[in-house]
Amino acid sequence: MKVNVKIQGLTPIAGRVRLDVLEMIRAAGSGHPGGSFSAVEILVELYWRIMRIRPEEPDWEDRDRFILSKGHACPALYSVLARRGYFDPAELLTLRKFNSRLQGHPDMNKLPGLDASTGSLGQGLSLACGISHGIRLNSRDSRVYCLLGDGEIQEGNIWEAAMSAFHYDLKDLTVIVDRNLVQLDGHVSDVMEIEPLVDKWLAFGWDVIVADGHSFISLEKAFEHCEKTEFPSVIIANTVKGKGVSFMENTCIWHGKCPDEREYTLAVGEIQGELS
Amino acid sequence: MKNLRPTREGYVEGILQAGRENDRVVVIEGDVSRSIGSASFEKEFPDRFFNLGVSEQDMLGEAAGLALTGFIPFVGTYGVFVAGRAWDQIRTSICYMNLNVKIAGAHGGVSVGPDGATHQALEDVALMRVLPNMHVLVPADANQTRAAVLTSMNTAGPVYIRFGRNPVPQIYPVDESVEIGKGHLLEDGSDITLVACGAMVSLALTARKFLSKRGISAGVIDMVSVKPLDRKLLIEQVQKTGAVVVAEDHQAIGGLFGAVAETLSVQYPVPAGVVAVRDSFGTSGTPAEVREKYKLTAETIVFEAERLME
Repeated sequence: MKVNVKIQGLTPIAGRVRLDVLEMIRAAGSGHPGGSFSAVEILVELYWRIMRIRPEEPDWEDRDRFILSKGHACPALYSVLARRGYFDPAELLTLRKFNSRLQGHPDMNKLPGLDASTGSLGQGLSLACGISHGIRLNSRDSRVYCLLGDGEIQEGNIWEAAMSAFHYDLKDLTVIVDRNLVQLDGHVSDVMEIEPLVDKWLAFGWDVIVADGHSFISLEKAFEHCEKTEFPSVIIANTVKGKGVSFMENTCIWHGKCPDEREYTLAVGEIQGELS
Repeated sequence: MKNLRPTREGYVEGILQAGRENDRVVVIEGDVSRSIGSASFEKEFPDRFFNLGVSEQDMLGEAAGLALTGFIPFVGTYGVFVAGRAWDQIRTSICYMNLNVKIAGAHGGVSVGPDGATHQALEDVALMRVLPNMHVLVPADANQTRAAVLTSMNTAGPVYIRFGRNPVPQIYPVDESVEIGKGHLLEDGSDITLVACGAMVSLALTARKFLSKRGISAGVIDMVSVKPLDRKLLIEQVQKTGAVVVAEDHQAIGGLFGAVAETLSVQYPVPAGVVAVRDSFGTSGTPAEVREKYKLTAETIVFEAERLME
């Protein structure tokens, strides 16, 4: 049940999500703005255009599934779920607080709309593979989407799962790598090089497509391609860590840092400026 | 000599029966299906069998995914690898979500023998027991292993079933059942309580006979449900005897002895002894040679019991 929103209509939604993320992290006093901002357009595209979902019926059996393997980007996912109607956006400001359903990393047993609990990096792709097997055994046709961080794919578990998805022809599985080039300690290429990234996935038997992870047009084309392929598919989504706030972009400083009041005001101004 | 059978045969009988009773049961293997015997499940239910190769981390994650779509996966591989290599996957992707995944740890204990230290699971019960939501069953023979599999199929949430490689004496009848949180009082006693699990249960029964010849009346509990522990049965017996010896083919740290000691030290402290591996790795040899070296014998149980009785 795709919502009929024109692609241009998604840009204000992405801006709203970025403002939510900023407010949530400010209210929490901690969180991960950098990797949340890089994933915003990917999440908005998925939840508004691509995925078959029913926010009013989160456990609908025929829904498409989404696994946020890079669980620390959950502020962006929580905002997307709230804005898409899974729960009241007023709850967003409880992020990371005691008794909140919005845990520091996603807890599916607390919050509706989450298809898995994640947070320990490297595990989401195996979950997605298992779900994909289960959907097939249940003779359903749902698709499974899994968002990985580029630093995250340094985990060996990812490549075990990548091998398995090809071996079992899991063509209804699409991975998106949030290729923002930066991880906690610095640039991915300095910490632990993951290139040649396209060749690695190709070598594992996947259908690989490169997209601009901040362009809805580019992402939409990529997802359409993935729906048609006969192989498990991966979108290498080139993104900018901290996208949307100039001083947060392309730096590891904002991987897991809360803005102070001055920084918050500046950031809100920049995002609102983009929207107007 | 009683009939000897490897407990893993009970595992295979269990998953075959589970597969026939419930079409939600699936089996995940990691390239040891011919060793454990689950290859026969593949023959009967090819669509519900997944060999994921040598990849414990992925196996446990995919099992979690299958559980998320309503299946009941049994994941079988060697205990040392499943509990160690994939511990974080079991913690975050299974126990945290409280998913319906059943984990079979084969080759438990030093009695695995010739394969040596790398393949002898001696820490698996401790590693699994410490996880919230996890249940831990350590059956003593093939029939009890089969029953443990069927019970775990009908138990919501994660279960770890630990079994051995080598033939052990048959203790239980074919219609044996296992209940989560319940031990078996195999023999009543008034002087001392022997608490054992897995391959050590038959040795505890042998030790009881020796002790009885020396005028000591020993009760024997088969604590098949290590978590949740049958505290009621344990305390009832220990109130009667006032002393306990725990026997397990596992490290003395963190396993059944840990569970018993945690309970008794708070609720009913009594003199206690342990027959288990003492902070050491195993070694190659025949099962009998290795058990002798690590003193996992009926004689050691007798010795410990007599020491406490002095």
